[in-house]
Amino acid sequence: MQELLQNLLNGIAAGSIYALIALGYTMVYGILKLINFAHGDVFMIGSFVGFYAGGWFSKQLHGATGGSSPASAAVVLLLSMIVCGALGYLNERVAYRPLRNAPRIASLITAIGISFLLEYGGQFVFGPDPKFFPTLIEKHLINIGGVVTTNYQLIVLGVAIVFMAILQYIVYGTKFGRAMRAVSFNFETASLMGIPTDRVISTTFVIGSMLAAVAGILFGLAYPKIDPLMGVMPGLKAFVSAVLGGIGNVPGAVVGGLLIGVIEAFVGGSRFSNYRDAIAFVILIVILLFRPSGLFGKYQPEKV
Amino acid sequence: MKRNVLVAITCALALAFLGCPPKNAETPNATTTGGDGEILVGEYGSLTGNQATFGTSTHNAIMLAVDEINGAGGVNGRKIKVQTEDDQSKAEEAANAVTKLIAQNNVVAVLGEVASSSSIAAAPICQNNKIPMITPSSTNPAVTKKGDYIFRMCFLDDYQGASMARYLRQTLGIKNVAILIDNKSDYSTGLAKYFGDAFTAMGGTIVGTQSFTSGDSDFRAQLTAIRTTKPELIYIPAYYNDVGQIAIQARDLGMNMPLAGGDGWESPKLIEIGGKALEGCFYSNHYFFGDTNPIVRNFVEKYKQRYSATPDALAALAYDAARVLADAMKRAGGKTDGPTLREAIAATKGFAGVTGTINLGPDRNPEGKTLVIVEVKGGELTLKAKVEPEGAPAATGTATTTTTGTTGTQ
Repeated sequence: MQELLQNLLNGIAAGSIYALIALGYTMVYGILKLINFAHGDVFMIGSFVGFYAGGWFSKQLHGATGGSSPASAAVVLLLSMIVCGALGYLNERVAYRPLRNAPRIASLITAIGISFLLEYGGQFVFGPDPKFFPTLIEKHLINIGGVVTTNYQLIVLGVAIVFMAILQYIVYGTKFGRAMRAVSFNFETASLMGIPTDRVISTTFVIGSMLAAVAGILFGLAYPKIDPLMGVMPGLKAFVSAVLGGIGNVPGAVVGGLLIGVIEAFVGGSRFSNYRDAIAFVILIVILLFRPSGLFGKYQPEKV
Repeated sequence: MKRNVLVAITCALALAFLGCPPKNAETPNATTTGGDGEILVGEYGSLTGNQATFGTSTHNAIMLAVDEINGAGGVNGRKIKVQTEDDQSKAEEAANAVTKLIAQNNVVAVLGEVASSSSIAAAPICQNNKIPMITPSSTNPAVTKKGDYIFRMCFLDDYQGASMARYLRQTLGIKNVAILIDNKSDYSTGLAKYFGDAFTAMGGTIVGTQSFTSGDSDFRAQLTAIRTTKPELIYIPAYYNDVGQIAIQARDLGMNMPLAGGDGWESPKLIEIGGKALEGCFYSNHYFFGDTNPIVRNFVEKYKQRYSATPDALAALAYDAARVLADAMKRAGGKTDGPTLREAIAATKGFAGVTGTINLGPDRNPEGKTLVIVEVKGGELTLKAKVEPEGAPAATGTATTTTTGTTGTQ
């Protein structure tokens, strides 16, 4: 029982990070029908911004010995979001917008190209060896009847929920969100109705990249070893999460991410721990076989 | 539009050339000095990638040893030149690198690798071309079984695993141990098996075994499963970059038992990543940098002076490998063909190395080396114990034929 709860808790904490990344995939897909494969690497950049900014801030605020405070953590998070938001905008403006009217495969290949550029450019700029993410907040153990957690896991969970709620509000509660949904529903009609589609798409990229930055910082806190290729696996798993929940569907991405996290935790704790990564992809294949539109996706037959 | 493309291509090419390492910059004036020109020795290693810190310290130590040998007159009047290839920490690339060294550069011998999987990939190529290969630090037994041209400087995983088991069981009196294996690495699965076999043979119990894949970041699930089996210690034969994370997450789950491991833990980054979580944890190793032995002290001082870093065990083994090779070349009397050089290396006995006395046995592995146990204490590495080979400590013997290789006579 205790082991069950512990695995559940670990799974939800890991899954909330997948969910944050998955949101970026699902939003871009929803609006452009493009799988932005560079998204996992934006997540990596977010982590590295946190690494450098966190190291610098802790020196500025607490002297050479370093230290930590929630205020500096919040500033680091904000900074990382700004950098990644700008990167997301640049990415869309330079790489995807010129291909807006090209066949969709061209954008897909470009996305893979951007992904490699960020990964190996990251190895060139940051160095290929793993780095240790700074301790932004003091860590405490919390023991609830044998189930042990840290304030980190709770922070990860809390911050993830806050940002998902903000996103939910933006998409369903604001004028911009309505524009986004309109563009997602029908690109041409939306532009005929006077919706500035280019701006909506750019903003969608910016929001998605900012969420990836949040995920990057939370990942750095929870698993403090970061390197330029760290975005590959979480990126793929987040993509699986997005497909699992029904790609293009915002609540679906959250549920998908949490499910993948929990399933992985249970597989990892069983004697099949060897196959943990394989499980995520087996799930993807099974879902595509039986429910091509995912758990929450609406099945829309192509009209000819 | 066309011009833009041209500019882009030119820029790309310029970048590509800038990215190439200056291969010949190492020894600009190493021209022939009396002998038949330079002796070209190949080195392949993980200069980038996951195990870059291993590859770099190995490379540094080889260059230190070779420059020392050359500074003392070289081998029979000829200087040694090292041609280095990066295998990016990948076994496939290791095979390519060694093929290139042998086929294109015509090296007379090959030094490398650290990771057993890379050495296992490269060894058959050396064997087929009759080019002796010395791996400084691959501990998997399969490496030297690839053929009679393959040698090694370090003790093997079976020796390391069994000695650690003996130390835990008989010296520390530990009975229940859990094992956490990196199932992607030959090194980890091998060491886990030898440790487990020896430990159970001595009356200990392996209460649980879990595995992960190198590069994973979440180990909480496996650790949660291990926690329910209540071990006194967790044996983690993995590399330093994963160990730090595992230690942090174990402490986060309220698990306070010591963690122990093998020589894969050795890295200055170990404590940087693991921090306080590693306090009281220990690992078996080939040498300790604080050793008072004059050969060790000399090496550590020179290395620190040149690279401003403390040499790790991989550096020590690489230093020994380069010096053993040079020593064998001297004894081969100027001949550098594969078979002659092979015979000379195989005859290495009583060589006073940084990692202890090196006697190469009939299976081309060193025999009866001392295991040091290094403990993390107060955020520093300290010497916890030395584990001598089982039975009589016959490690020293009477040094007969060879000297240290730096004297440069003949």
